[in-house]
Amino acid sequence: MLKTLASYIKEYKKPSIATPVFMILEVLMEMLIPFLFASLIDDGVQAENMNHILTVGGIMVVIAAIGLYAGIMGGVCGAKASTGFAKNLRKGMFDKIQTYAFSNIDKFSTAGLVTRLTTDVTNVQNSYQMLLRMCMRAPVSLILAMVMSFVVNARIASFFMIAVVLLGCVLALIISKATKYFQAAFPKYDELNASVQENVSAIRVVKAYVREDHEKKKFKAASNGIYDIFVKAEKTVSYNNPVMQITVYTCILLISWFGAKMIVGSGATELTTGELTSLLSYCMNILMNLMMVSMIFVMLSMSFASAKRIAEVLNEEPSLVNPENPCYEVKDGSIAFEQVDFGYSEGDDKRVLTDINLNIRSGETIGIIGGTGSSKSSLVNLISRLYDVTAGSVKVGGRDVREYDIETLRNEVSVVLQKNVLFSGSILENLRWGDKDATEEECIRACRLACADEFIESFPDKYNTHIEQGGNNVSGGQKQRLCIARALLKKPKILILDDSTSAVDTATDAKIRHAFANEIPDTTKLIIAQRISSVQHADRIIVMDNGKISGIGTHEELLASNEIYRDVYESQTGGSGDFDENGGEA
Amino acid sequence: MPGPGGPRGPMPRGMKPSVKNPGKIFRRIIGFVTRNYLVHCIVVIVCIIVSVLASVQGTWFTKNLIDQFIVPLLSQKEQGLVPDYSGLLNAILRVAGFYGLGVIASFTNTRVMLYITQGTMRNLRDELFVHMETLPIKYFDTHSHGDIMSIYTNDVETMRQMISQSIPQLINSGITIVSVLVSMILLNVPLTVLALFLIGIMLFVTKKTTGLSGKFFVKQQKNLGMVNGFIEEMMAGQKVVKVFCHEKENIEKFDELNNELCDSSYNANKFVNILGPINAQIGNISYVIIAIVGGAMALNNIGGFSVGALVSFLTYNRNLSMPINQVSQQFNSIIMALAGGERIFNLLDEKPETDEGYVTLVNAKREMGELTESDKRTGLWAWKHYHKDTGTTDYVELKGDVVFDDVDFGYNEDKLVLHNVSLYAQPGQKIAFVGSTGAGKTTITNLINRFYDIQDGKIRYDGININKIKKGDLRRSLGIVLQDTHLFTGTVMDNIRYGKLDATDEEVYAAAKLANADGFIRRLSDGYNTMLTGDGTNLSQGQRQLLAIARAAIADPPVLILDEATSSIDTRTERIVQDGMDKLMKGRTTFVIAHRLSTVKNSDCIMVLEQGRIIERGTHDELLAARGKYYQLYTGNNIAG
Repeated sequence: MLKTLASYIKEYKKPSIATPVFMILEVLMEMLIPFLFASLIDDGVQAENMNHILTVGGIMVVIAAIGLYAGIMGGVCGAKASTGFAKNLRKGMFDKIQTYAFSNIDKFSTAGLVTRLTTDVTNVQNSYQMLLRMCMRAPVSLILAMVMSFVVNARIASFFMIAVVLLGCVLALIISKATKYFQAAFPKYDELNASVQENVSAIRVVKAYVREDHEKKKFKAASNGIYDIFVKAEKTVSYNNPVMQITVYTCILLISWFGAKMIVGSGATELTTGELTSLLSYCMNILMNLMMVSMIFVMLSMSFASAKRIAEVLNEEPSLVNPENPCYEVKDGSIAFEQVDFGYSEGDDKRVLTDINLNIRSGETIGIIGGTGSSKSSLVNLISRLYDVTAGSVKVGGRDVREYDIETLRNEVSVVLQKNVLFSGSILENLRWGDKDATEEECIRACRLACADEFIESFPDKYNTHIEQGGNNVSGGQKQRLCIARALLKKPKILILDDSTSAVDTATDAKIRHAFANEIPDTTKLIIAQRISSVQHADRIIVMDNGKISGIGTHEELLASNEIYRDVYESQTGGSGDFDENGGEA
Repeated sequence: MPGPGGPRGPMPRGMKPSVKNPGKIFRRIIGFVTRNYLVHCIVVIVCIIVSVLASVQGTWFTKNLIDQFIVPLLSQKEQGLVPDYSGLLNAILRVAGFYGLGVIASFTNTRVMLYITQGTMRNLRDELFVHMETLPIKYFDTHSHGDIMSIYTNDVETMRQMISQSIPQLINSGITIVSVLVSMILLNVPLTVLALFLIGIMLFVTKKTTGLSGKFFVKQQKNLGMVNGFIEEMMAGQKVVKVFCHEKENIEKFDELNNELCDSSYNANKFVNILGPINAQIGNISYVIIAIVGGAMALNNIGGFSVGALVSFLTYNRNLSMPINQVSQQFNSIIMALAGGERIFNLLDEKPETDEGYVTLVNAKREMGELTESDKRTGLWAWKHYHKDTGTTDYVELKGDVVFDDVDFGYNEDKLVLHNVSLYAQPGQKIAFVGSTGAGKTTITNLINRFYDIQDGKIRYDGININKIKKGDLRRSLGIVLQDTHLFTGTVMDNIRYGKLDATDEEVYAAAKLANADGFIRRLSDGYNTMLTGDGTNLSQGQRQLLAIARAAIADPPVLILDEATSSIDTRTERIVQDGMDKLMKGRTTFVIAHRLSTVKNSDCIMVLEQGRIIERGTHDELLAARGKYYQLYTGNNIAG
């Protein structure tokens, strides 16, 4: 997992290496400062030597300047490396997601992907910066202090060793326990936020059912749960400080006692007073750094979950890949299904489509009708290879869809999805998703075909009208017509409308169908609809039921032979109409 | 989107958020903390003082170790005497005692502090949520969900940091600064002024640097918003991207935004990172300057300043710059927390939904022709109407008789969306509303359950003005299936049971069967125990609607409102569901909003709305005969068909 992430450091390797180097340089300068302080006081101030004070002061200014340089460079490189790493991670994930097939997208929720690309990356970025800036600094200064104290006096320094080992063990114990609690706590925290989110968006349901008290109780239980687990986690961590202090204080007192005895006992030969002072300050330094290392560890382990989630996205293999020698041309708009079975999850043998056999000629108009969950959408999704069949084969233009270059296939098979979206930008920009080189005239023509022209012309900015994110400033029916126009601009050989006129009033719906029949007669058209009137005049109608084809034929044939079709028809007789929001204009 | 940021670090907002009245908000935050944890807070302050003092006397001991103990002992030895360690031992034991106290104090401090922090966080969240639940729908209409969410995640988090870190740090630093400053002044006044001047420079540099980084933080925030917005939009539309093979263009656009973000966030972080080293080195240089100046003073005997005093002064100077540095660094996070606090208190200050209603809904039974209250669920409901002036209590049978009398309504005072709406729904009738989007269909149903209050006119429910009915009871009497289906995280069973919390499993099954949902539920991987997550995204739109209908059905309400409740359900299934609902609602009132003709055709009365006015009303046949708008729509279909 960490390997996966590390491979995204890429061009930021240099600052990533430079940061710890500069930090070490800064630490070295920092370690020199106490020496100079000591010298300043012992040989300068106390010896009443003004020259020495000036000399040492001058050296200190130089050291401080070097330290400043190293510190600044370390900070700059650290910022460069961590923000660059974050950029690469975001890009890596975004690019990877673009290669995902529908089944990959289904696996992650939209919200999940967004979190990974935003919050998780920020977490990793912060940890990475800390890792670069602190992870070298603390251990290096720890080791340096250790070495120095051994140089000064090995016997007393061995106290530190014992203390360091002891403290290290205790801290490791505390942290491993706390990390466990924290890792359990964060998902709960996410859950709590999710429940707030749910309440905010479903407030009308809560209020309509007068469930405020129920929700409050639920929330309080959850928030108490979080309280308990965080208290537990922090209780564990709260031993950190006292343990640390006890160790530091004990060390100081022991060093004072034995150091004093040693100085006095040896007549200041084995240990001098100046050395004792340095030992005391090294002792503080070592233990402080140990504490720092342990804190870094806690922080890193907290961002571990984020790193894991990012790696999941990066390591996900797209389930659809282009064939080795892809075919770049789709001959015509004919479609054939040969003994097709299809299920969404591989391991599971639940099939949403079984034993589908179909032959559609180029230029035919096919209606598809069927109940909620009868797999109408699943059927058409196989044609543009949004999913791969589990068994059998789907052919377009006489060739298996798996032999085509995916982009070529999808440009020739244009689908208007059931859950369709427009993107923020002008109407023209949205339309040009279908063909980025389309002229304004071509766009207008497509909109005429989709009956979108009339309402677009009624907007003050016409084709330059800005569409809000998700297309929230146009009505459902308008959105659907724009989506159809966008799909038409591809000039596809096969056009699939997946319940794409459900919010369009019936009269307009009919107009669109007339336009299709007259203007693009050679395009194969598949129309999924709830309304009989939308499919009634198709060349053939497919009736889907429970993942199987229950009947194929013309309106009249099906009325005579297919019970489901007759049933649907009867439920809508007397005009299968809808009162649409645009009924007025119709 | 639920941002699982939480304690892992809030998103940095602009570095200098403006807070209108920081002092007031600060006091309010302190007030909020001390309301439940006053004793805890006092304990914490005492503990901080004790531990600071313990560590100060420790420092003092190590400073004096050499002068007062080792040097005399050495001279004792040199004089041939046996060194007497008892004084040193006593001193060490005494210091150990103080240290012990310090450890106990700091342990108590952390312990108590964690209860204050976590407890306050819990209280804050609970209070926010409880208050939010009481707010009127209007609040949710006028505040973006993202902003509300960010209060729970970012703002509460900055508050946590302030309470758990910034404030204790401030107290700690404050005590240290005061004690050190006093000692410095006692030692040498001119040098203290010099030291303060140098610290002033340090603060000035800090301010300049944060100012510079602030500019980039604002830019980073803006770029972050743009990147996040783009990500959200594209992740939501990823399937459309695939269908249009728009991946390459997407990547290009993303790269552009991503690079800009990287740039500004690099600059913002850079300045924060270099602040530490700059201040550390200024600290070192200030040490040198004071050593030189002080040294000159001591050597030339100016103002009776001794060498020993200079040594102490230098130590104090170091001890002073550290806490001041810390305070200046805490400053930003406090400003951020205050901005967060302002938003939190804004939500808490938001006026809750008012409810002056006093008429309540009770189960009733009929005894000798008289309605009386019953504690059991009898299937018969009554409005308990207490008349203040006469002191009597009436029971009015709940029938579902709804009257709109010349109602005007607008979401904003100045823009009416409903004009002179009058309607009469007799018990047992099915009333349908048809008309274009924005005609006011949903608005009418929102008035019946008092999601909004009307500007003018009257709405009567069984002859009672709905303003007199307690909101909870009013809403309990109305089953409603809304246009957007919202499900909750939990099992399918939990979701249906939402309509009636004490429903038995059998009742749930029955409701699901009535809504024709039983079939698909049983085909789900865990049947009724299947977990639904993320607002039920693992179900199709139609399936979600069926669940929402089952949820309403189990509540078994006297009046039912169906707002486009079957729009994503195919017509065959819809008919089965409708038959079930019709049976359930027999003798009760149903309001239906639909754009599908088959849904409304068999209604007792169809209202055609246009631009907030009812323009036609009547049965299907009557409206056809009238050859008005309804006819137009209807025959439009025929042309199409």
